[in-house]
Amino acid sequence: MSEIGTGTSVVVVGGGVTGLSAAWWLARSGVAVTVIEKGIVGFEASGRNGGGCTHYQSPLFHEEQRLWPQMDELLGYPTEYQRGRIVFQVDPRKERFHEGLAMRLPSGYAWDVLDPRQVRELVPLAGDNVVSGVHFHFGGHANPQRTSQAYAWAAQDHGARILQHTAVRGFETAGGRVTGVETAGGTIGCDALVIAAGPQTGRLVAMLGHDLPMAAARAEMIVTEPLEMMPITGVDGNGLYGRQTLRGNLAYGGGPHEWFGDVGLEETPPKPSGSVTRNIARRVAELLPKAAHARVIRSWAGVIENTPDGRPVIERLAAPDNVTVATMSSVGFGLSPASGRAIRDLVLDGACSFADLEKLRLSRFEGLARDWRDGLNWLPPEAVISAAVS
Amino acid sequence: MSPLTLPPPDRFSLRGKPVAAAEHVELLVVGAGAAGCAAAIAAANAGVSVMLVDENPVSAGLVGMDVPLHFGGRATNAVQTPERLVERVLETSPALAEAFELGVDVRLSTNVWGAWVKAPGLVLAGGLAGLADETKSWFVGFDRLIVAAGARDLNFTFQGSDQPGVMGAQGFDTLLTRYDAFAGRRLAIVGSGELAIRTAEKALERGLEVAALIELRDAPQGPAEAVARLVARGVEIVTGHVPLAAHGDADGVRRLVVAHRDDADHRREIACDTVVMALATVPVIELLDVLGAKRLMAPERGGHVPVVAEGGATSLSEVFVAGDCAGLGGDAQGSGRRAALAALASLGRTSEALAEAPDISPAPGDPAEPASAGLAYQLEWAQAMLATGGPDVLACLCEDVTRGEVLGVRPPRYLGWRSNTLARRDLVTLAEDGPINQDQIKRLTRACMGPCQARRCREQVALMMALGANVAPETVPLAGYRAPVRPLPLSVLADWQESADMDAGWNVWFGIATQWIGYEDIGTEREAEQLRAGMPY
Repeated sequence: MSEIGTGTSVVVVGGGVTGLSAAWWLARSGVAVTVIEKGIVGFEASGRNGGGCTHYQSPLFHEEQRLWPQMDELLGYPTEYQRGRIVFQVDPRKERFHEGLAMRLPSGYAWDVLDPRQVRELVPLAGDNVVSGVHFHFGGHANPQRTSQAYAWAAQDHGARILQHTAVRGFETAGGRVTGVETAGGTIGCDALVIAAGPQTGRLVAMLGHDLPMAAARAEMIVTEPLEMMPITGVDGNGLYGRQTLRGNLAYGGGPHEWFGDVGLEETPPKPSGSVTRNIARRVAELLPKAAHARVIRSWAGVIENTPDGRPVIERLAAPDNVTVATMSSVGFGLSPASGRAIRDLVLDGACSFADLEKLRLSRFEGLARDWRDGLNWLPPEAVISAAVS
Repeated sequence: MSPLTLPPPDRFSLRGKPVAAAEHVELLVVGAGAAGCAAAIAAANAGVSVMLVDENPVSAGLVGMDVPLHFGGRATNAVQTPERLVERVLETSPALAEAFELGVDVRLSTNVWGAWVKAPGLVLAGGLAGLADETKSWFVGFDRLIVAAGARDLNFTFQGSDQPGVMGAQGFDTLLTRYDAFAGRRLAIVGSGELAIRTAEKALERGLEVAALIELRDAPQGPAEAVARLVARGVEIVTGHVPLAAHGDADGVRRLVVAHRDDADHRREIACDTVVMALATVPVIELLDVLGAKRLMAPERGGHVPVVAEGGATSLSEVFVAGDCAGLGGDAQGSGRRAALAALASLGRTSEALAEAPDISPAPGDPAEPASAGLAYQLEWAQAMLATGGPDVLACLCEDVTRGEVLGVRPPRYLGWRSNTLARRDLVTLAEDGPINQDQIKRLTRACMGPCQARRCREQVALMMALGANVAPETVPLAGYRAPVRPLPLSVLADWQESADMDAGWNVWFGIATQWIGYEDIGTEREAEQLRAGMPY
């Protein structure tokens, strides 16, 4: 694998958090970076998610936890990162959910089990229905929209170029390497390529002869008017993820996602269908009964990709050997400080310096049945309105 | 090779969880103004099942939030009992009473907070609308939808305009004539075009005082005879001036300070308890945007409007539009009737009753609004308001965002963020990275993100963006509308009767069990153990 040093140019396809973080890490290493984004930076799932930064399943977890408290300073722009997280349940069947968590949480990270009274002290909007909770003294949440823009601006401050409203049409290759990226505005030459294009990643990688199985879906969130700030704003449970924003809004999502077919490279993704908006509202009202009066003022949805096992692919390909591919498989925002650094390492050094990523290789999907989506039931819904009741 | 463990088949998607529509109608009409009533009556005459929904009279809570119109805190106590206002609303609308008589299923004090139809990637069997009243929400299925949502007010802010007494012309008209619940006595009206003149005439008819019409340009914009009639009744026409500041007390505005458009120090005061913004109205396209109907920027029709074909047809085969929301001006009743006939024809319902329906000949639209209705005029106002009032005036009242903060693309003040890198960025630098976008400005500054759902600031912020980035205002893309397009309490929006399938198939995220296995455990016995144990929550 050839070395790619500073002074060379890297094109990053995809202006979501993963691509933008990679661009920022590369730019601060002195590399000339161009980000190509079909729309506006952070406008899809990167800017429309729960903002959680607590992903203990990931090999990037330790780096995620190390970096977030520094990100505002490193980037020079606000991310609204807040440390800590409370998860609590209101369904009596989930009273002992912390036992399942204990199986999974890595050692070295402090957390407490909370009784209902303790939950209510930390979460003033909670009610009498609390059955149990946990308090993570790590992890947390940030503002996805602000953070996406922060990466873009910080990368620019280090000399990166960001081309918005530019869709990729193909790649030029020569001598087993990608030498240029074709766009409507012309071809952009490169010494190395990063593909971190969310739901588009599979299509783009296919142009280079690789099969990266993924399916795209939509998931909704709702947001309320601002409420009085809670002492800890990273609060979720009852089948929801979300947070109280630093403005005071409750922003929550969860529940059924809607799989759909491929979204074309230059197409606008489908709009939300409202199918779970009311069900999310119900669960927020159950989780935080003292906020049941709060008015919902918006909902939103991002287009999200998943690989068949729901795990990322982060890999520098063997051929073309100057291409690094990254899909975070629906869990990209919180891990972005670390995923960008991993991509930077793969592009410049050929290997990640701080985490083992071997199990996230694309090759694990070799031999996957062609109809894997049928097997996993990752299919669009039938008509989602039932016949009228009356 | 790395190990591959696949998750069990997905039971957490929308598949198998149909949305239950509590009711179904052949034709749903949203908005019981002239256009909506005419549509409902024409369809009912043809024997079609029609539901006509109107949010009026709205609750006191919404009046206080300036939803759906800019009521400006000048309502009387009458709005505390909207059920008593229903009678008043019926009295003032003979067409609504006629619709009732014809068996139209009329739902007052009910809003439509979202609507959806088949679209690429969106699997819906027919159309679906989300309705809500004060206590609950529900879905109504429809074969055809006519949106006749009318228009709302264009607002410009000035110092003190967030206090009670500053309102929009549509909000004023609704309080005065539809609710009989207007609490002011002496008005200053901003604007001098047809809308301002109509507003003044109505106020005078109802025995209110009109102190002045305030016009930025050197001459009044409305018809000379109408202006002369107002002058004869003691209304002063103050030209070349813009509102600078409203001063008042706990009860709201007591006087309005206006400044010469070119010289903010050249001021005068007008005693008034109400300032009515009557510069222009804006088509209400919220539902149409949620539906995904194609739209275009048509300054002569009020700004962002749906693409409309014959009979009010939109780009969506199930959805038709009528009245001002299709583009300002024209014959509202006629457009309502035509939309009904087109909607029914598309259902194959061309009955005899339809053929005999009176007055169905298409009347040409009447875009003959004066030049003052255009965006150029609005931009002139924005420019003068910025020049005289300065950058510290709030552009977004809910989120406390100033014009200067919009122009500077500043993060909200409560973050307490200062940095040199941030200080170097503004709308001009942002525009260098690509065309400016109001949704992006919304995310970065929070302007237009508040509980009034940007009804009081959306157009003003777009105009500020055009000024700040030095681009034509018609090039600023619409900030998208999202359901719910009315601010609904969680407890009202909530589906308290959801199906057991929804609960059984609910997961916090995608429910992909393999996704949450710790990396170290992948490919080990611990992975199998965790998969057997199931997701922790």
